[in-house]
Order: sequence, then structure tokens, then C-alpha cells
Amino acid sequence: MEKHFDVLIIGGGAVGCAVARELSRYDLTIALAEKESDVARGTSGKNSAVVHAGFNNPPGSLAARLCVEGCAGFAAACRELGVPYKRTGKLVVATETQDLPALERLLAQGRRNGVPDLALWTPEQARERLPSLSCHGALWSGTTAITNPLLYTIALAENAQANGVEFFLDFPVDGITRMEDGFIVRAGRRRLRADWLVNAAGLYSDLVAAWAGDDGHRIYPCRGEYLILDKQAAELLGTPVYPVPRPGIGGLGVHLTPTVDGNILIGPSAEYIDSRSDDGTTAAVMALLWTEAARLLPALAQSRVIASYAGLRAKTVPAGAADFGDFIAEHSSKVPKLINLVGIESPGLTASLPLARLVARLLGGQLPLRPRADFRPERQRAQRFRDMTPEAQRAAAAADPATREIVCRCETVTRREILDALDNPLGVQNLTGVKARSRAMTGRCQGGYCQQRIVAVLRNEYGLKPEDLRLNGPESWLFAGEVK
Amino acid sequence: MEPTLKTDIAVIGGGPAGLAAAVAARAAGAERVLVLEREPVAGGILNQCIHDGFGLVRFGEALTGPEYADRFLRAAQEAEVQILTETMTLELTAERRLTALGPQGLFAAEAGAVILAMGCRERARGAIQIPGTRPAGIFTAGTAQHYLNAQNLMPGRRALILGSGDVGLIMARRLTLEGAEVLAVVEKLPYAGGLARNIAQCLEDYDIPLYLSHTVTHIEGKQRVERVTVARVDEAGREVPGTARVYACDTLILSVGLIPENELSLKAGVKLSPVTGGALVDEDLQTNVPGIFACGNALHVHDLVDYASAEAEQAARSAVAFCRGEAALPPGIPVRPAAGVRYVVPFFARPGSRPLLSLRVSAPAGPGRLVVKAGEQVLAARKFTRLLPSEMARLTPRLPVPPGAAEMEVLVSDA
Repeated sequence: MEKHFDVLIIGGGAVGCAVARELSRYDLTIALAEKESDVARGTSGKNSAVVHAGFNNPPGSLAARLCVEGCAGFAAACRELGVPYKRTGKLVVATETQDLPALERLLAQGRRNGVPDLALWTPEQARERLPSLSCHGALWSGTTAITNPLLYTIALAENAQANGVEFFLDFPVDGITRMEDGFIVRAGRRRLRADWLVNAAGLYSDLVAAWAGDDGHRIYPCRGEYLILDKQAAELLGTPVYPVPRPGIGGLGVHLTPTVDGNILIGPSAEYIDSRSDDGTTAAVMALLWTEAARLLPALAQSRVIASYAGLRAKTVPAGAADFGDFIAEHSSKVPKLINLVGIESPGLTASLPLARLVARLLGGQLPLRPRADFRPERQRAQRFRDMTPEAQRAAAAADPATREIVCRCETVTRREILDALDNPLGVQNLTGVKARSRAMTGRCQGGYCQQRIVAVLRNEYGLKPEDLRLNGPESWLFAGEVK
Repeated sequence: MEPTLKTDIAVIGGGPAGLAAAVAARAAGAERVLVLEREPVAGGILNQCIHDGFGLVRFGEALTGPEYADRFLRAAQEAEVQILTETMTLELTAERRLTALGPQGLFAAEAGAVILAMGCRERARGAIQIPGTRPAGIFTAGTAQHYLNAQNLMPGRRALILGSGDVGLIMARRLTLEGAEVLAVVEKLPYAGGLARNIAQCLEDYDIPLYLSHTVTHIEGKQRVERVTVARVDEAGREVPGTARVYACDTLILSVGLIPENELSLKAGVKLSPVTGGALVDEDLQTNVPGIFACGNALHVHDLVDYASAEAEQAARSAVAFCRGEAALPPGIPVRPAAGVRYVVPFFARPGSRPLLSLRVSAPAGPGRLVVKAGEQVLAARKFTRLLPSEMARLTPRLPVPPGAAEMEVLVSDA
């Protein structure tokens, strides 16, 4: 007999994991099913990592309301969960004089949405913040921040799990059956049962809804590509810089964003594609990103690209449409006990916890939500070696042999941090999982130095056979075996 | 943090350059010589280079990597060089204070002179921006070599190799010998990046095709590499339409260049050349920061380890002289690469000196002459029949740098 839960969440992105964590406050049995081998493997891990203030979405929209609410609470959530957060503010710049009216419209829209700390800046004011900026004026948003969306999502998942949520990774849902007493959710031959379904399947949310019997949604994937620059470029940019958004382009325009770890992101492009999974990069867009970035910050020309990636936005409106499809977060109009979260693209990361609270309210209207006395919202996370003071580093190294060995030299990650990453509560033991949790392999050499050391740890200390080592998913084998 | 260690010479990196520098520093009279090495055993990348061909210039015999390293390791032991292994240098200041982490914990050291010998790293996929997905099965050549030789692991069964650098060529042979199928080696430039002997011994002997003026334009594969697209490129490196070919393979090996490792150098304020990626040194191999010297692949990528060792010995002699407080000389005049020359090390030379010049041409050349000039005066001219960008040329001018010269030039001229 398959397991039966009160609530099954489908999708282990930021939204699904936030729902899991939020619902774990209550006396419910909860499961989360994720098709990949780890959480945050889709859109949640492939974006600009910005905590948005909420001035980009139309007043009165759900996206605007939840974004403003999410931004206001994000710092506290990150403190509670042990996730990096940095309030950088943000500049939207007019690269041409004709962009200036758009800045005023954004300011007015932001104020109507209730966004605090917005102001129009002269080019001089903007350059005080960012000396190398090329612009005719700017909108300053003081509450915009940056985070690490991978660690944020992982932290939500780990905290949810600590509070009793069961995670089913590598569980690619491919069919749903409605029964009298709830749903049967299948992935191949495996099954899970639940009374309630929360559909947080992102790019697949229309399919999941349809499998459950609600064919009223459609997702239009829109790809955005990014370049990651070496940390040597970091001093050029302390604040995200966005162009004025232009209607109909499918996104906010190519922008420059510092990361909490000191790199710079350039992107994203916006390209509607037919695939829900094609997150490959293209030569044409890579070239375009450079051109767009140099318009905003000519000094970038000297910087080095260390990696590139692409993410897909789950849009509810097709190319050329009015360009705004609001978040859908509601009881299915066709299927009882199905809550749909559809079209959660940017600013979905910012709005993830408010969305989760909205799901709790929707559920609470239909079943009793009794708070659990033993819910623990805090998640402890060890401080990173590279962020410690020299005295703390010395003490940590003195106390622990595994802290005396640097495994990743670019990001100064110790062996202890690699072991901690591998000992994660979700049981993820692949290279991408280590990368997301420890930052090893994310630096300028992209694992040239440390990947082989992490492979050795997996073999020698975790006893994994060469043919069982994976980059991420089950088909992502790293070695054909041992040399004969 | 108070320094717990004081030394005359601190050598960062215990590879072939670092070990040679340490031995030479002792021979030149330095009392305390400390090598900081992050691996459990010194020797650097040589330890994974089990093929032979090392030491032909220096020892007149073809040694394997470990054999070559062993000669220097023994010499270092005899010379009572202190080698701290499993020790990563984390910080370096212009005042020659180091912070390092190793079995003895986090510690600080103070050195009379510092020799930078950190070697180089491989350029990765991100730096050359190959479009496509990000599956498993993409390895830099050195990483693949490590997996094969140090961990006994087969990186794949059907491989394509991008880049004709020496490590890539050697991996083509190694993978073939271990039973993998190597479909081709693809080189973006119209000439090979590796040594001619490696083209012959690693590709031609095994019928592995080398496609010059071709590059990888796309990588496909959801989780593991499935297909790689290769196309011809024109002189500007742009894809020639209609030339794309798709290879079904599970592995892509990248041998697309080496980058001197200088993150520590930057922390100390050492200025780097955008061409070599190494420090802007003078003829004593001193950087712009007094008392900090550079050599080996951290200074510029060498073709033969023998020359890296020799360069390191020169850096060591200069470092010992600095420790003795021999009067600092005024900075020299610029040494400029001119027609046909991509770079020249050193970047500065003092009037009166006859600096050893290490250089590479920017494109295959010859027959012709390498000419060193100061103003109109020719300081050296050497005939050559053929010079390739993959090979380093070394040249000591017959005449010293004349007083009053504004700059030196090194150029390729017709015979």
C-alpha cells in the first residue's frame, strides 16, 4: 500500500519548498515530489537571484501584492533559515533620454503598490553609487536585495523536512488519478496518495493540473540566458543595474546583478521556446548579452566570463501578448482539493513565502489547521570558512582536521564544508548538489582543481563506486568505470 | 595574526618551478628556504604525467613526470629545504607576509623574499563560451588525465577533443590505449597548439584525425553529453555556414589553454600582463612588488618543464640577492614584442644587462630572423628555419642594453 498524505506538493522549486515549510507548521502529513535529484534544479536555481521590491507589476495584481510582502519579510526569513541576504538596492537606468518618462511611471506604479524607499535620481546621483555607470537618470529602489536562491530553496526544504515533511526526489510525476478519497500520483511504477494536491510544478504546472483533471491552464516557456563573470569584476558593481523595461520583450531586459558571493551576472535574454526543458545556451544570445551589458557598464569589457546558464520562465501569456500574466494561486475551478500555483515566474522567488501562506489560507478554509507545538522555524547553518575572521579561522582549524584542508581553492571551501554538503538531510550525493551547498566548483576554474578531490571523497569516504557517481540526475554518469 | 614562521625565502608552490627555485636558493646561500605545497606530495602536475619526454634538455634523457620531479625532490631533501605539504597559501601581502592553512592549522609566515611558483590552471568551458546544455562528460584535459592516471577512472567511451594543446594530444593517445574511441581532435586555429612530436606520437600513430580551423559550436545532452557539433571557422574565428558536422559521443575533452595562477599575486599588488596572465617582471624576474619574484608557469606558460626549472633557478638567485640587501636598481626600460612576436619575458630590462629573453611568436613563422633592437641598434639577431606559437624561443642578446635606450624590441624579420 502506498503512503497516504494529507497534502502532496508537486514541485521542489522555491515555491514548492516554501509551501512545504509553511504547511509544516501545522498538524498535517505532508510530502513533496520532485522530478529531479535535488530541489531548486529548475527555474528557482537559474535566475538573477534578486529579491524584488515590487514596482514592476501592475497595481492590484497578486504578483505585486505578494512581491511587496515577500520583499518586506525576506531578510527575516533568510536570518531564520541561515541563507545569505544582502540589501544592495537597485538602479533602473535610462540609457536614453526617451526612457525618462518610463522611470516616472515605474516610480508611480511602485508607490501605488506600496513599495518603500523609491526615488528618481539624476545621472550624478546614480554615478555616486556606481561611478562607471552610463545613464541619463535612474530610479533608485532601496529595498531591493540579493540572495542565493539555491541555498534559499535548499534551506526551506531542509527546514520543512526537519519539521516532518517527506521528500521524494527523482520522482517525475507522469500521471494522476482522482479517487474518492483523494489522489494517486504516479511516477512510473511508484505511487503516492494524498487528500490534497498543491501544484507547484512551475514549467509543468499546466500538465500537472491537466493530469489531475483541470485542463484550464497553459504554460509558455520563455528562456533567459545568463553569463557569470569572474569575481575580479565585482568591484565594478555593488548594486543591480536594470534598463528600463520595454513592453513585449518577455522580461525585465538584460541587467547586471552582483551575486552574494561576489560575481556578476549578465542577463537574462527572453526567448519563447517550444520546450519546457531546453535550458541550453546559444551563441547568438551570448554575444547579445555582452553588447547589452556594455551599454549599461562599459567598464565590463575587460572582465572574464567563467560560466553561462539558462533558465525558463513559466509564463501564462504567449509571445507578443500584453506581457503580463498574473500569478495564479487558487483552488482549481474544476477539481476539488487541488490548489494550483501556475505562472509563478519572476518575482516568484521573492513572493514564495507569501504564496505559501496564501496556500495555507486556502487549505485552512477547508480543513482544520492546528499549529504544531514542536514546529521549529530556525535552521542552523555553520559559518563559511572564508567568511570567518582570521581568529575564528585559526580556532576552527585547530579544532577540526577537516577544516585544515582547502578543497576548492577559488572559493576557499574546506574539506569540512564538502563533508557537510554531502551529509545534507535530503540525502543528495552528487556533484551539483555539493556545488549548490558548498560553492565548490563555482569559481573561476569551474572545478578544475576541486572536482577530482570531491570525487575522491565520494569514493573513499562514502564508498560510492565509480559507475555510481553522478553529476546530478540518474543518467548523468561521470565515469564509464575503472581503467582495466 | 603574529607570524609563527620566519624564513629567508618562501616559495609558493612545490611543482617543478618551485622545487628548482628552492634548491637553487639554498645553493645561492639562503639559510632558510620554505616551500608551501598544497598537495600531499610535492612535484606538481608532473605527478600525473606518466608519459615520458621530460628532461631532454636538462638531463639529456627522456624521463616520466614523476621521475623528473623526483630528481628535484631528492635535491631539495639533500639541501634541507623545508617543504610543507597539504598546505594552501591563502593570503600574501606586499610586505611578504603569508597566511597558510595546513596540517599544523592556520599560520602566518614572514619571508625575506617570496617566489611565486603556483603554476597554471586550465581554461574551462565557461571561459570559451561553448553554447548548449551543461551535461556530465565535459572534462578539461588535465582533469581527465588526473582521473585516468591518479584515480584509475575512465572518463568516457567515445570522446571528442577540442584544442590541440599538449595535454589534449596526450589524452587522445591515453584514452585510445585504454579502449576509448577518440573521434577527432579539433583545433580552432589554423595550426596545432601542441608540440610537433606530440602530433606525430599521439595522433598520427593512432590514426586520430586533427581538424585545424574547426571548433565545437554546440553541446547537446540532457544529463550526459550525447552529441557535439563541430564546424569550420574562418580567419576571424566565425563559423562557416554549412560546414557543421554532428558527432555522437559521450565525452568532450577540452584542451583550450592554460592560465597562470595568480590570485595570490594580485592580493599582494603584483601587476599582471594581459597577454601572458603572469607578472610583469624585470630581468631578475622580480615583480613590481619589491622582494616578490615569479617563475615557471605562474609567470608564463612554458612548453618544456626543463625551461621552467631553469627560469626558477634564475628567480631564486635574484631572490637571494634581494635578501642580502643588494642595492635595488632603478627600473629598466620596457621590452616590447614587435612584428610577429606575441610576448617577451621579461617585460623590463636595465641598461647594461643582457637579459635572457623567453618569447613566443604570434603565428607560425620562418625561415626568418629573430631580432632584438634598442632604438636602431641591433643587440641580437638569430636565424631560424621555423618557429611555432606552441614553442617557446629563448635568446640572450650578444650586446648589453645600451645606456639611454628608451625601449627594447623583439621582432621576427625575413631571413
